[in-house]
Amino acid sequence: MSEDSVRVERAALETAREPNKALALLRSSVGRNLGLVIALLLVCLVGVVTAGDRFATSANALTILGSATTVGVVSIGMTFVIIGGGIDLSVGAIVALSSVWCTTLATQNMAEDTHWIVMVFAALAVGAGCGLVNGLLISYGRIVPFVMTLAMLASARGLAQIISNRKTQIVRDGAFADFATTEILGIEVYIWVFFLVAVAGWILLNRTTFGRRTVAVGGNPEAARLAGIPVKRHTVYLYVLVGVCSGIAALMLIARTTTGSATHGTLLELDAIAAVVIGGTLLTGGRGTIVGTVIGVLIFMTLNNIFILNNRSISEQELLKGAVIVVAVLLQQRLASRSSTT
Amino acid sequence: MTDRPLLQMTGIVKEFPGVRALDGVDLDVRPGEVHCLLGQNGAGKSTLIKVLSGFHQPDAGTIAWDGRETSFGTPARAIEQGVTTIYQELDLVPHLDVAENVFLGHEVSRGGFTQRGRAQEMARALLARLGHSEIPTSRLVGDLSPANQQIVSMARALSHDTRLLVLDEPSAVLDQHEVDNLFRVIRDLTAEGVAVVYISHRLEEIRRIGDRITVLKDGSTVATGLAVADTTTAELIRLMTGRSIEYVFPPRSETPRDRGEPLLEVRDLSLAGVFTGVDLTVHAGEIVGLAGLVGAGRSEILETLYGARRASTGTVAVDGRPLRRGSVPASVRAGVGLAPEERKSQGLLLDEAVFRNITMSSMARFARLGFLDRGEERRRAAELTASLDVRPDGVTRAVRTLSGGNQQKVVLARWLLRDCRVLLLDEPTRGVDVGARSEIYQLIRSLADRGVAVVVVSSEIEEVLGLADRVLVVREGEVVHESAATDIDEARVLDLVMEGKAVSA
Repeated sequence: MSEDSVRVERAALETAREPNKALALLRSSVGRNLGLVIALLLVCLVGVVTAGDRFATSANALTILGSATTVGVVSIGMTFVIIGGGIDLSVGAIVALSSVWCTTLATQNMAEDTHWIVMVFAALAVGAGCGLVNGLLISYGRIVPFVMTLAMLASARGLAQIISNRKTQIVRDGAFADFATTEILGIEVYIWVFFLVAVAGWILLNRTTFGRRTVAVGGNPEAARLAGIPVKRHTVYLYVLVGVCSGIAALMLIARTTTGSATHGTLLELDAIAAVVIGGTLLTGGRGTIVGTVIGVLIFMTLNNIFILNNRSISEQELLKGAVIVVAVLLQQRLASRSSTT
Repeated sequence: MTDRPLLQMTGIVKEFPGVRALDGVDLDVRPGEVHCLLGQNGAGKSTLIKVLSGFHQPDAGTIAWDGRETSFGTPARAIEQGVTTIYQELDLVPHLDVAENVFLGHEVSRGGFTQRGRAQEMARALLARLGHSEIPTSRLVGDLSPANQQIVSMARALSHDTRLLVLDEPSAVLDQHEVDNLFRVIRDLTAEGVAVVYISHRLEEIRRIGDRITVLKDGSTVATGLAVADTTTAELIRLMTGRSIEYVFPPRSETPRDRGEPLLEVRDLSLAGVFTGVDLTVHAGEIVGLAGLVGAGRSEILETLYGARRASTGTVAVDGRPLRRGSVPASVRAGVGLAPEERKSQGLLLDEAVFRNITMSSMARFARLGFLDRGEERRRAAELTASLDVRPDGVTRAVRTLSGGNQQKVVLARWLLRDCRVLLLDEPTRGVDVGARSEIYQLIRSLADRGVAVVVVSSEIEEVLGLADRVLVVREGEVVHESAATDIDEARVLDLVMEGKAVSA
């Protein structure tokens, strides 16, 4: 790993000649993302070296992207919640509940009578509803986000099991399945959805009142409140937002697997939070980027892909994931402490 | 009592970035005496006791302890040598019991295992020595009354081999009966030869318990070793108020303003347990000052009328229209702005750019369908920072890099941008260096001249008197005096806040 960090330094030095400039660049948000791009390239390099002919193909690249979509969409929402000073542990459970709800016989019958868009609305509404419950209880019930979303994690999956009777529900609507497997310009529709959500997230965070308020609420809630920003209401919006993202993720899973199940999205919250953290968003709130999160997701999924190509076990993947998270956070702290001393 | 000093501090200097908190303080304390430390807010009392307790290291000066020169490098070193401090904010752990608190940091233990029984027993003995054997040593400290918590702090002090006990405004949380008891405990201790440094704003207490007095002003000793019995109250107040730095205050408008409709009207505003029945009317173009000691409820009054705290009774109206209770957004919409006391933790996003901090309360103005026009934001912010002379310029730099005075200007710019009509300023010059203060005063006055109604809270009486048109004196949650600023002087205000003889003018 130390070799890698040396390479990161060196690459940064090449982009800016003076070491001070390099450091300043690494500290700026663009620079931090540049560091992440370099890290991603290094991961790809490992892939090429260990599984060259199978890794470096456009089909494999699309496989990686495809596998990144579910986590990716949830991570975009998670980025907002974490920048806003919160956390949502219930995203995976919300995905399960959404997927089950929108594949029940009742919903599917309704969809058959009208259009499969009904299923889409059902999934989004369930996600938004769960997020609303989280947000209201956190803001107005003053329950710590960690505890509230932990409770939602348990309850939402429990409800999903009750509704589905622990059975996998098959999607019958052919048109929905067809749409889900459509390719646009040779790229699967899921990947386009992830792309659109990421772009929308970037615009929302960087160009709108909503994004500015999110940064204020997470960076200094007291100052935000005294400046007249409705902090509690905004917090509710943030959890609804991540809930809707979970609903979208549920739809992607349903389309991929043509099933709805109470086991969908298990441990998704961990992958999403890890991706956000690797992407440079501070868990204490107030700072973070969408681009960072997207690269964080890609680093994660590329690593997974490399493990699979090399026939490594899931256990080994998990072990390495843990190490990657720790190293990423250590690097960030190093940079953060340097920037605060100058 | 002997005349050989136990503690002799000479020429103590302590500097913090941008401010010289102590500038040559002398203090000598003899065994068995109660030595009172007097001075206005900001005179340097707190800094001095922090130096004494090993919390801060002096930049210059000497400390002699029992005749030998020494230094209290850390709080632990100070305690080891026999100096124990009981701070105003009690430093107890509420979820531990009485005995555990008494021996916190030097637990009664053998081989790493605490000996609970022995600790309880020893704590009981200490409490008995303080005349409070009724406090159960197994009770959680959080369940005790403030007075009993203070006794626990004293027991902790005695659990060390204390030779000098520093009490920082111990009577602030006590009622009369409890104060009597505290004094009895102090007398017992001094009879055993323990020296006490006693800080209080209440002159009558100093008269009852004190032996000698040291007066601090603007970080230096103006008088030391005054015998309590031979010094008049008038003399003490004169010593505390004599000026060394003169601030320049902008002139008030010559002619009394045409008083049309009042802009801000507060009726019978109360916050349970903090303040009661506050009435306040501020006209356009007027500056009203709230004077009083820290903890008298001044900041709470501002925050409540801003809606940041939910009032228990009373109404606040701007321009005749009542504000929704407990809603900051409603107050901001009605044109009220607050520059809070703790600028860094309550007012600013330190790591964010200047312009983002300025536009924070007016984002709707720069947004179309929620999308922000960042160019326009920067232009408007740049205009404001230029007109307020915020230095260094550059609206994209992080607010953290600015000095205190310039940070305050950023907060003011936020409300200027909002076209705010009622401005509430809590300690507007705290952490602002002397040079920049006059600028801030000038700015506040020019806002008033443009028709803004201003309410200023300050611990510095001189600031309130110099800046405001009208002054309200607050003592223990009540307005005890109201008059034109020119009809009252500093000594009278000090008298009111310390003695509390409420005489309405």
